[in-house]
Amino acid sequence: MIDLVTLPFLQAAQPVVQAAADVPAAVLGDDGVANWGLWLTLKLLQVLGFVIVLALLVAALVLADRKIWAAVQMRRGPNVVGAFGLLQTIADALKFFFKEIVIPAGSDKFLFILAPLITLVMAFLAWAVIPVAPGWVISNINIGVLYVLAISSLGVYGIMIGGWASNSKYPFMGALRSAAQMVSYEVSIGFIILTVIFVTGSMNLTEIVNTQDGGFWNWNMFNFGFVGKFGLLGIILIPILFYMGVLFFISALAETNRPPFDLPEAESELVAGYQVEYSSTPFLMFFFGEYVNIMLLSAMMTILFLGGWHAPIDVGFQFLPGVFWFFLKTAFIFFMFAMVKAIVPRYRYDQLMRLGWKVFLPTSLVAVLVVSGVVVFSGATL
Amino acid sequence: MTAAIAFYILAATAIAAAFMVVVSKNPVHSVMFLILTFFSAAGLFILMGAEFLALLLVMVYVGAVAVLFLFVVMMLDVDFAELKSGFVKYIPAGGIVAVILLLQMITVGAAYFTDGGRALTPLDPDQSNLEAFGAVLYTKYAGVFEAAGFVLLVAMIGAIVLTLRERDGVRRQNAVDQMARTREDGVELVEIEPGQGLG
Repeated sequence: MIDLVTLPFLQAAQPVVQAAADVPAAVLGDDGVANWGLWLTLKLLQVLGFVIVLALLVAALVLADRKIWAAVQMRRGPNVVGAFGLLQTIADALKFFFKEIVIPAGSDKFLFILAPLITLVMAFLAWAVIPVAPGWVISNINIGVLYVLAISSLGVYGIMIGGWASNSKYPFMGALRSAAQMVSYEVSIGFIILTVIFVTGSMNLTEIVNTQDGGFWNWNMFNFGFVGKFGLLGIILIPILFYMGVLFFISALAETNRPPFDLPEAESELVAGYQVEYSSTPFLMFFFGEYVNIMLLSAMMTILFLGGWHAPIDVGFQFLPGVFWFFLKTAFIFFMFAMVKAIVPRYRYDQLMRLGWKVFLPTSLVAVLVVSGVVVFSGATL
Repeated sequence: MTAAIAFYILAATAIAAAFMVVVSKNPVHSVMFLILTFFSAAGLFILMGAEFLALLLVMVYVGAVAVLFLFVVMMLDVDFAELKSGFVKYIPAGGIVAVILLLQMITVGAAYFTDGGRALTPLDPDQSNLEAFGAVLYTKYAGVFEAAGFVLLVAMIGAIVLTLRERDGVRRQNAVDQMARTREDGVELVEIEPGQGLG
C-alpha cells in the first residue's frame, strides 16, 4: 500500500484511496474516497456480531457435547439448571468468573496470564476470514486459507507458554506433548488443504465454496463434477478427495486435542496437562478457546469438503438462508467430534506420533502429487 | 495517514522488541520478544501490500521456527546468575560484531541514497501477489528454489543421522506387532489338575 522507500516524514498525509475497492459502495462518499469512520464502525459491528454469536454457540456446544456423551453412555447428562439443563454452561461460566484466580508461586506471572489470552484471541482471530453465507464474512481476502493456517499455527503458543509459566511438572509435560502433537498434525492438514486448493484453483474461502454449488455430488468430499472438470482422469480424484476429507477430520481431532488424541490433558497420566494450575477465568479462557477452535475446524471442514452454505440438493430450498445450511453442516461435524469422544479409546502417545508422521503425512503427500499431476495433466482451466 | 501511523507503530515495536530479545535476562522472554519482532515485521509486509510474504513469515517463522526455539529454550536448565555475570566478558566480541554490522548498514544506506535507489517496477497489476510469486519462483528461479529445498533435505537427513542411535537392550514399541496381536497370542487356557500347580 505504501512504498516504504518513498516514505518521507511529511508525504504521508495524502488520502488513502487505494483500498477503496474493498469497501461497499454505500460507504463511499461523493468524491469516491471511502468514509473510513463509517466503514470502521460497520466492521467493528460485524466483528462484535461474530464474537457474540460464537460465544453463544460455544455455550450451546459445550452442553451438546456433554449431552451427546451422556446419551452414548446412557446417562442423562446435565439436566438440573434450566429446562433440560439448557443453562448449565451459563451457570458454569458464572462460577468460573466469580472464583478466585490462583497464580502458583514461582510462576512467571505475566506469561501465566498471557497464555490463555493468546489461546482465546487466536481462536477468534481465525474466524475473520470464514464465510458463513454468501457475503457474510468479515474479511474476504484472497489468501484466506493461508491466513487460517497461519493463525491456527499460533494457537500452540498459548498451550506452550501456559505449561511453562505454571512452573510445574505436569503442565510442562502436557505442554510439550501438545506442542509436538499440534505441530505434527499441522503439516498433514496443510497438505490436505493443498489438494483442495488444487482442485478448486483458489485460496479464497468464498471461491472454494462457490465451486461446490449445485448439490452434494459437487461437494469436494464426493465430487463427481471432477469427471467433467478434469476429464476421465478425474475419476481418480473422487476417492482421493473423499479420503482427504476423512484425514482432515481426524487431523482436526488431533489439532484441537480432542479425544482420542487428548494426550496433553490425559487425566490418568497428567491430571489435566497444561491446565493443571489454571483456575477461574484463565481456565475458562482456555476452555473457551478450545471450543472456538473446534468450531473453526468444523467450519473449515464444511467449507473445504462439504460445500459450505450450499444445500445438499438444490431444489425447493431457496427460501432457507445459506447460513442455515452452513450451521447444520458445522453442527453435524461437531456431532461427529462428540461421538468420537464418546466411543473411541485414547491413543498412546507413540501411536499418535506414528499415525501423524508415518501414515497421514506420506498419504497426504502422495495425494498432493497425484492431484496436482491430474490437474496439470488434464490442462483444465480453473 | 493511517498507513503512516501504522508503519511507525509497527516499526517502533519491531525495533524495541528486537532490542528486548538481546536485553532480557530470561531466554524464554527473549523468544517471546523474537516472536513479537516477527509479528511486527509481518505487519510491515502487509503495509507494503505483500500479504503473502507476511502470512508466510507468520506461518514459517512464528508457527514453526519459533516454536522449536521455545521448545529448546524451555528445556534448558538455565542458571540466571551465571547469565548475568558473563556480560562484561562478551563485550569485546559483541562490540566488534556490532561495529561491523553498523558499518555495513551505513554503507548500504549511503549507496542507496546517493543513487536514489533502484526504482521498483510494479508487475502486472491484474496479477495477485501469489501469482506473481509463483510465476517467478517456478520459472526464473526454479533452479535456486530446488537447490534450497535440497539443502534443507540434506540438513534434515544430517540431523537424523546424528541423533539416531540404535542401542542394544532397548525395548521398543512396535505398533504393527501390537495391532496384529490376537486373543490366541495373548491368552492361553491351561487345564490344571487340582493340587498340582503350574510348576
